[in-house]
Amino acid sequence: MTEFEPKIVGFLCNWCAYAGADLAGVSRIQYPPNIRIVRVMCSGRVDPVFILEAFRSGADGVLVAGCHLPSDCHYISGNFKAHRRIMMLKKLLLQFGIEPERLRIEWVSASEGDKFATVIKDMTEEIKKLGPSPLKVQVEGLIYG
Amino acid sequence: MISMEKEKLKFAFYWAASCGGCEIAVLDIDEKILDVVAIADIVFWPVAMDIKYKDVEAMPDKYIDVCFFNGAIRTEEQEYMAKLLRKKSKVLLAFGSCAQLGGVPGLANVANRKEVFERAYLQSPSTNNPNSGTPKTSFKVPEGELKLPEFFDTVKTLDQTVDVDYYLPGCPPPSAQVAKAVEAIAKNELPPKGSVLAPVKSVCDECPRKKEDKKISKIYRVYEITPEPERCLLEQGIICMGPATRGGCETQCVSANMPCTGCGGPCPNEVEQGAAMMSALSSILGVGGERGPEYDAEKLVAQIKDPLGTFYKYSLPASLLKRRVIKE
Repeated sequence: MTEFEPKIVGFLCNWCAYAGADLAGVSRIQYPPNIRIVRVMCSGRVDPVFILEAFRSGADGVLVAGCHLPSDCHYISGNFKAHRRIMMLKKLLLQFGIEPERLRIEWVSASEGDKFATVIKDMTEEIKKLGPSPLKVQVEGLIYG
Repeated sequence: MISMEKEKLKFAFYWAASCGGCEIAVLDIDEKILDVVAIADIVFWPVAMDIKYKDVEAMPDKYIDVCFFNGAIRTEEQEYMAKLLRKKSKVLLAFGSCAQLGGVPGLANVANRKEVFERAYLQSPSTNNPNSGTPKTSFKVPEGELKLPEFFDTVKTLDQTVDVDYYLPGCPPPSAQVAKAVEAIAKNELPPKGSVLAPVKSVCDECPRKKEDKKISKIYRVYEITPEPERCLLEQGIICMGPATRGGCETQCVSANMPCTGCGGPCPNEVEQGAAMMSALSSILGVGGERGPEYDAEKLVAQIKDPLGTFYKYSLPASLLKRRVIKE
């Protein structure tokens, strides 16, 4: 059997994290291809629905990345809102029987291409250890629709 | 007189996984119940009439004009009745939070059958069960075999079981909304199929409390403080589901100085209620103090003791994840 390759959905903010990912790309920094990136205008734009829907659709992990705390946010406080939202969701995921480590929030600036690559490497490794999302495993037997 | 009788509508009421409060809600419309009896005959109502399932089975298809179905679906019997009443009814109306969203019985989706049985029949402090018996679907006695309906691992809403025409939210549905729905049925003025028979605005929108400055740093549970009667409960640090809950209840709970717990279900166009409330609460929690030395997002969020039970009190089976992951 081939090794488990996790699927990670990444919501990256337009001003910092997405630019950071872009820099990683143009700098040709190697990182695992497990992430599927969705660009959003701000990490504070990431509705909890997006994250729950990603898990429901079979994501093994979800990354939200935005501008550094406290003062980098292009919209002043979107990153703070995102941070609290993710903290709350981690508590919720635990109650749903999903490991909170599958959900991450990271701060990546536009100049941190190397940090972006490190975050993806680290997260991919961690989720490989956790194995496939337990939700994905049971989806078949449930009444999803 | 005879011709009038012929024109009468046929109503049915049924209860599945529910507490019986919805049955009371029907009577809560007070003297308007006489208008109901004037326009309709009640052909099936287990709580009030002696009528058997076989009598319903004997009815021609689409015989019932409107079936008011309350309660979630958690047993084989309830599933059977949902399917039977769907077949026999022209209009099937999910009456109350449980039928619409799973309701409080739906919170059992944090466990499965085995865990529910263990808790209810073995572990609860008031239980005396020396043989450790739990319900079985069949049991042999000298007289023959006794049967019980299957108890499912997962509680489902009515529309996850059969096609539903209308939804009447609330725990129980507020009498004003029940009366309006009955009036719409009587006048044949029901909105398009799939409509929720409640106003489109949120509880907050109907709430008369003063809302000034939405930012909180400390969350209180209801027993911890006596809130000021005039000011928004959320601003006073009590988690009130008003922003994420559909109105129509005339803010009964909030008027009694108790926070909204969300029985009206999600607002229109909202994917799910819990996510909407988490989003709203995250936006006001700790606002203003973020750049201060004391700020700690984790500590702020740790004040919420039970996010699932708070944000999905009535809507767990209808939420995106629907239930806790079952571990083998």
